[in-house]
Amino acid sequence: MNDKQIAIKSENLVKKFGNFVANDHLTFEVAQGEIFGFLGANGAGKTTAIKILCGISKPTSGNIRVAGFDVYTENEKIKKNIGYMSQRFSLYEELSIWENLRFYGGIYGLSAKTIRERSEAVLKRLGLEDQRNAHVRSLPLGWKQKLAFSVAILHRPGIVFLDEPTGGVDPITRRQFWDLIYEAAADGITVFVTTHYMDEAEYCQRVSIMVDGRIVALDKPTALKNTYSCKSMEEVFLKLAR
Amino acid sequence: MIEVEGISKTYGKVLALDDIHFNTKKGELFGLIGPDGAGKTSLFRILTSLLLPDKGRASVAGFDVVKDYKKIRSIIGYMPGRFSLYPDLSVEENLQFFAKVFKTSIEENYHLIKDIYQMLEPFKKRPAGKLSGGMKQKLALSCALIHKPEVLFLDEPTTGVDAVSRKEFWEMLAKLKEQGISILVSTPYMDEAAMCERIALIQNGRIMDINTPFGITQAFPDELFSVSSDNIIHLVKDLREYQELKTAYTFGSNIHITFKNLPDITTLQTYLEKSGHSNIKIIPENAGIEDCFMNLMQNQA
Amino acid sequence: MEAFIKKEFFHIFRDVRSMMILFGMPIVQLLVFGFAISTELNNAGIAIYDQSRDPMSKQLVQKIVSSGYFELQQVFSTNAEIEAGFKSGKIKAAIVIGKDFEKHFIQQDGAQIQIIADASDPNTASIISNYLQGITRAFQAEKLPNLKLPVEIKTESRLLYNPEMRSVFMFVPGTIAIILMLVSAMMTSISIAREKETGTMEILLASPLKPWQIILGKVTPYVILSFINAMTIVVVAWLVFEMPIKGSFLLLMGEAILFIVMSLTLGILISTVSPTQQVAMLLSMFALMLPTILLSGFIFPIENMPVVLQGISNIMPSRWFIIIMKSIMVKGSGFMYVWKETLIILGMTVFFGILSIKKFKIRLS
Repeated sequence: MNDKQIAIKSENLVKKFGNFVANDHLTFEVAQGEIFGFLGANGAGKTTAIKILCGISKPTSGNIRVAGFDVYTENEKIKKNIGYMSQRFSLYEELSIWENLRFYGGIYGLSAKTIRERSEAVLKRLGLEDQRNAHVRSLPLGWKQKLAFSVAILHRPGIVFLDEPTGGVDPITRRQFWDLIYEAAADGITVFVTTHYMDEAEYCQRVSIMVDGRIVALDKPTALKNTYSCKSMEEVFLKLAR
Repeated sequence: MIEVEGISKTYGKVLALDDIHFNTKKGELFGLIGPDGAGKTSLFRILTSLLLPDKGRASVAGFDVVKDYKKIRSIIGYMPGRFSLYPDLSVEENLQFFAKVFKTSIEENYHLIKDIYQMLEPFKKRPAGKLSGGMKQKLALSCALIHKPEVLFLDEPTTGVDAVSRKEFWEMLAKLKEQGISILVSTPYMDEAAMCERIALIQNGRIMDINTPFGITQAFPDELFSVSSDNIIHLVKDLREYQELKTAYTFGSNIHITFKNLPDITTLQTYLEKSGHSNIKIIPENAGIEDCFMNLMQNQA
Repeated sequence: MEAFIKKEFFHIFRDVRSMMILFGMPIVQLLVFGFAISTELNNAGIAIYDQSRDPMSKQLVQKIVSSGYFELQQVFSTNAEIEAGFKSGKIKAAIVIGKDFEKHFIQQDGAQIQIIADASDPNTASIISNYLQGITRAFQAEKLPNLKLPVEIKTESRLLYNPEMRSVFMFVPGTIAIILMLVSAMMTSISIAREKETGTMEILLASPLKPWQIILGKVTPYVILSFINAMTIVVVAWLVFEMPIKGSFLLLMGEAILFIVMSLTLGILISTVSPTQQVAMLLSMFALMLPTILLSGFIFPIENMPVVLQGISNIMPSRWFIIIMKSIMVKGSGFMYVWKETLIILGMTVFFGILSIKKFKIRLS
């Protein structure tokens, strides 16, 4: 991965809350266009780290660059160059699909023409062309999540952060969601994703596993399974996190 | 223990539950498996007497959920889908409060929650809102158990909880079951179905199948194969373009496929080799709950 | 039940916002009020029109000016100047000393002093006239110590611009009513709505607790805290504004408890229709606070309202509570004089109480 461009570079990221060390010297790199799985138990410090990488919160120490920008001084630039989607953050329920697309396109300063073209493409891709004026509220969860993802990458960010994007989604839609992730990655978008579905960990090119604020493993899923002689990522995770 | 006969519920135009039927036995660990929005929470609320059904009748331990709601409320333990404890009260205070609400004390039924509560003991002075996801869930379970309920209703107790805590949680349920408590639990995680004695697969307000996990997987109608190669991303694309296949779904680093007609492994192998795949493996696979669920979903659609 | 109440106290004492609304706000409101009044009084500009200009009247003027409460801005020599002086805004009150003051004063046959105050600012006006009356009375006692009859100088108050005398005694009961209403109704409605928000209401409903138990458990702590509040306010009012309590303190507190309970039932009623804390807060603001401030006679005299609003003010519980408090505190009336108003509030309490228990759903909607 040295020959590729680096999307995220984190050297000794430390975040403390008082005496509590939420992130303990996290060091990793994510290549442009990579699908990177960021795993860990609840409370292991994933959310804290994601907030720092998104430029929302400042680290205590460490050298961290996201999309080539420094998280201490250039966090506004970072925010323009990333997309973010979580299970909770979603779309405006009382706005229509089309209005949501227009609104988020507007936030990122896309021209009316670009918004129209890309929105049409999204609707076509998701098969929602007939429902463009439907309120987001009326969509099933799986559709909302697929739409939310498409909205998060509408401005073609270099990196998209996905925080448990598929929680509670039905198995077929969950797989369709991963198709979207693959397509985005093929377009060169770096995907940084957290999940509690361990089968999804296998879909990532590389995964890191966090335990108590530290990264205890970081490799390709196949390599991890070999190292810990496990059949599945679930076993690897249970072995390390327990 | 729980009897559900023809329950339906609509919200405005949305049909949340459509003619639901099922029974659970005393002491059984019964699972409702389905994604968010399938109607699980509505069903739980009807069974815990918090919601009136539009049609049909249901009873818990012989008590009607509409008429005998007062009786039901004193014999059930209920853990709603989202974290529903007082975040500003400490672990201990929460537990004490719910014990008092049910006119009992922590000491009286301590044996029931002992294993779970021991894990919480070091944090007992901490406000519940400041616990980690797994700890919150353990506290919520303790609170639902403190009055020694006959039936325990757990609505998506493991949603948003990490794999380790989930595993621990199911181990706790198995122990509770040994103590004779009947449990109805719902989950969107298909892999958890195997931990239940019997399960109902639910989607779009309808029950698609009810059986033991083994029974459900046995009923999978097609021959299932697991395919893998060195490049999974291309493998998915290539398999989807292959006309002979009925389905191709990713399962971790493998892809599960079924054929439209009689399975022809050799032709598929050649096709994949031509497409440039290396290290191709095509082996027969036993269907899991998730395979069955997707199959039933497709039938429903 | 006891556990419920204990839990409720934990919520209140651990939430900074609740504590602020409960204890911070009433005191701040009262002090802001008190502060505003005390500064005005020290600088109040007055004018004097001494028609006698004899030694006795000059002594009185001297006494008034040296009291430290007033600042002598103008000395008039005609009646017409008085009007112009008020319009200029420099003076808050004018003192007119009648002709032959000394003669009448010594002969004790009706020396006249007229106090004219600008009542468009009713607080200041009433306080100024009270002070001036006090000073003239003291003056009189000093000069004629042997007199038995206290009313020797005829001080006649005339209030310009706002002929109805609106005294500070109106404001204190009004403030008490608002604070009690706010604390009781808003806090209960918010705390019940919070249980819905956190999802704990779902567990409580699925438990053997009956609706009245849930309601009573939620409400009891606020009855106690509001009562403590009511007492604090009365004490502060007494210290800061010298608000008298001429009637029975017990009766006053009894009426306060009744009003608190009434407000709590309103709070419960609001919570039954509010899914979130924000809705509960907004509803309390608009459905309770604003009408209480505007229509209870607190700020705008009821007699001056359009007939329709006068009618509406009848259903404002605080209107009746203010009347009761005024009667007890200022007039010293006993229960016999306020039983009608008490009955009205009692009726409202029962009505809202029953309505809120009926509306309190035993299931989720």
